[in-house]
Amino acid sequence: MTAQLFLEQTLNGLQQGVTLFLLAAGLTLVFGVMHLINLAHGTLYMVGAYVAATVTQISGNFLWGVIAAVAAAGLTGAAIEIIALRRLYDRGHLDQVLATFGVIMFFNELVKVLWGPQALFLSPPAILSGTVEVIPGVPYPAYRLLIIGVGLAVALAVRQLITGTRTGMLIRAGATDREMVGALGVAVNRLFTRVFAIGAMLAGLAGAMAGPLLAIEVGMGEHILILTFVVVIIGGIGSVRGALVGALLVGLVDTYGRAFLPVVLRGVLSPTAADGIGASLSSIAIYVLMAAVLIWRPRGLFQAYG
Amino acid sequence: MSAPPRRKQVVNLTGLLVLLALPPAAFALGEPFLISVATRIVIAALAALSLDLILGFGGMVSFGHAAFLGIGAYVVGILAHHDVESTLIPFLPGAWHGSAAALVQWPLAVLAAALFALLTGALCLRTSGVYFIMVTLAFAQMLYHFFVSLPAYGGHDGINLWQRSMVPGVDLSKDWVFYYVCLFILLAALAVFSRIVNSRFGMVLQGCKQNEARLAALGIATGRYKLAAYTLAGAIAGLAGALTANQTEFVGPSLMHWSRSGEILVMLILGGIGTLYGAVAGAATFLALEEILTSLTEHWMLFLGPILVFVVLFARRGIYGWLVGPESGDD
Repeated sequence: MTAQLFLEQTLNGLQQGVTLFLLAAGLTLVFGVMHLINLAHGTLYMVGAYVAATVTQISGNFLWGVIAAVAAAGLTGAAIEIIALRRLYDRGHLDQVLATFGVIMFFNELVKVLWGPQALFLSPPAILSGTVEVIPGVPYPAYRLLIIGVGLAVALAVRQLITGTRTGMLIRAGATDREMVGALGVAVNRLFTRVFAIGAMLAGLAGAMAGPLLAIEVGMGEHILILTFVVVIIGGIGSVRGALVGALLVGLVDTYGRAFLPVVLRGVLSPTAADGIGASLSSIAIYVLMAAVLIWRPRGLFQAYG
Repeated sequence: MSAPPRRKQVVNLTGLLVLLALPPAAFALGEPFLISVATRIVIAALAALSLDLILGFGGMVSFGHAAFLGIGAYVVGILAHHDVESTLIPFLPGAWHGSAAALVQWPLAVLAAALFALLTGALCLRTSGVYFIMVTLAFAQMLYHFFVSLPAYGGHDGINLWQRSMVPGVDLSKDWVFYYVCLFILLAALAVFSRIVNSRFGMVLQGCKQNEARLAALGIATGRYKLAAYTLAGAIAGLAGALTANQTEFVGPSLMHWSRSGEILVMLILGGIGTLYGAVAGAATFLALEEILTSLTEHWMLFLGPILVFVVLFARRGIYGWLVGPESGDD
């Protein structure tokens, strides 16, 4: 029984982890190459979820919803980059934070105007609505397994992109020395827009995949953005490998904390007190993890390239 | 060099007169609700001012300033809550039923916020640059989630206060009295801060912003100065939080939501960083803009967002910098 619960929670943690990775990879790439801190990254996740819900409803096919979400997030990301963020690369982080804060305000309100203030709900495709017995005796929702699979596949694809393609080579070179890459005749502007769009598409994919698991509402992007920040801080800003390790760590610690802390506390406190305090403590578990990593390594677990 | 400082004095004096004359003017106009707007402005200015000390002078971009406000507000809320219910405060060594007295609540609010600033500051200051922004944000959000999932003090819904803090001989329940108390605190903080930034301590702090390595090479333990400034800023923000709780007579986790930290930052940038007085100008402009836009359209953020991007991209020096003219960047 306990072993089964543990396995189930491990899978939940992995699923949350890979979703966080999809966001953290984009955020860390954009920071690594453009030195831009982009608060509006969560907005692209929200755009992905909303577009996925709408297109799935119209077309009746979740796959079309996901494709549309990735495309919409990519286009939105490219548009934001070209209109506003491009002017911020040479500015301080303070200006970047404020301008992207303004972008968040705008998009949150725009989504309210377009979709209304009430939350949307999206059900997973019928084929995936059942459960699978991964390990005998542990039935697990097929849809969550698919998320884990897609997340890991994307992690491999991103690795391939960075280590095995020309774009990846330019990303690595750009992270090391932007000006030199420009001086060697690379159209740096176009490279930046491309990197930004790739990050945006990953965020849109995360939003579309997470859509059936939660209420799709304004503000969902900021909630996950801050978790993503924690991931990136733990992993080391600019490092995609760090993003993967950090995301899985955060996903697992958060899930284990929520599942097991109240149970552990019941050993010493009354059940109601244990549940109340357990919930409060487990909600800060990942921040304690972050603080611990910072004491040990102030610049995160992994170094960025170069 | 006599003209620009005079212009600065004229701007400051005009601002002071407007703030002093506001309650009588509001009564004369028959719009007493303006006093509560003005009180919000004064309290927000105090919060932005405390941020200016670490951001404008110390170069520390804190994105978690609302946490200190939240702590200050919750100290007031929790003490008042136990006072009304006459229940014991849990997890304290002695038996204490809370208090409604401002002279107990407010200093404790300041102390609690300073303590949180000291502890998190010691960790946050191990990092710098973009890490510092993210880590301060993360700690504030940690506190937000902690209070959201704390059922003893209302969780998401927070605590409603029955009355404002009690001060012997002063009736804070009158809005105009409360306004003048807040204004007095703001002016006192401005006076203290302008002494601080020009003291040796302030010089070291400004040096940290320009070139920390060089100061360290001169044998100055810059970390301690930055931590002291961070703690002081947290303490003053905690006081602003205690005032916020009194102003709205409500305490909830939304006070420390990360967007509140963003708003304080925006006010400061709008007004002009590193000027102290800019915090007041920024708070007034931001909240006035918010009042005007909300009266025009429900979707006011649709306009405030782009305005903000525009200000960041094109108006670098802030409103105060624009008011006092180009020559007065440093006095």
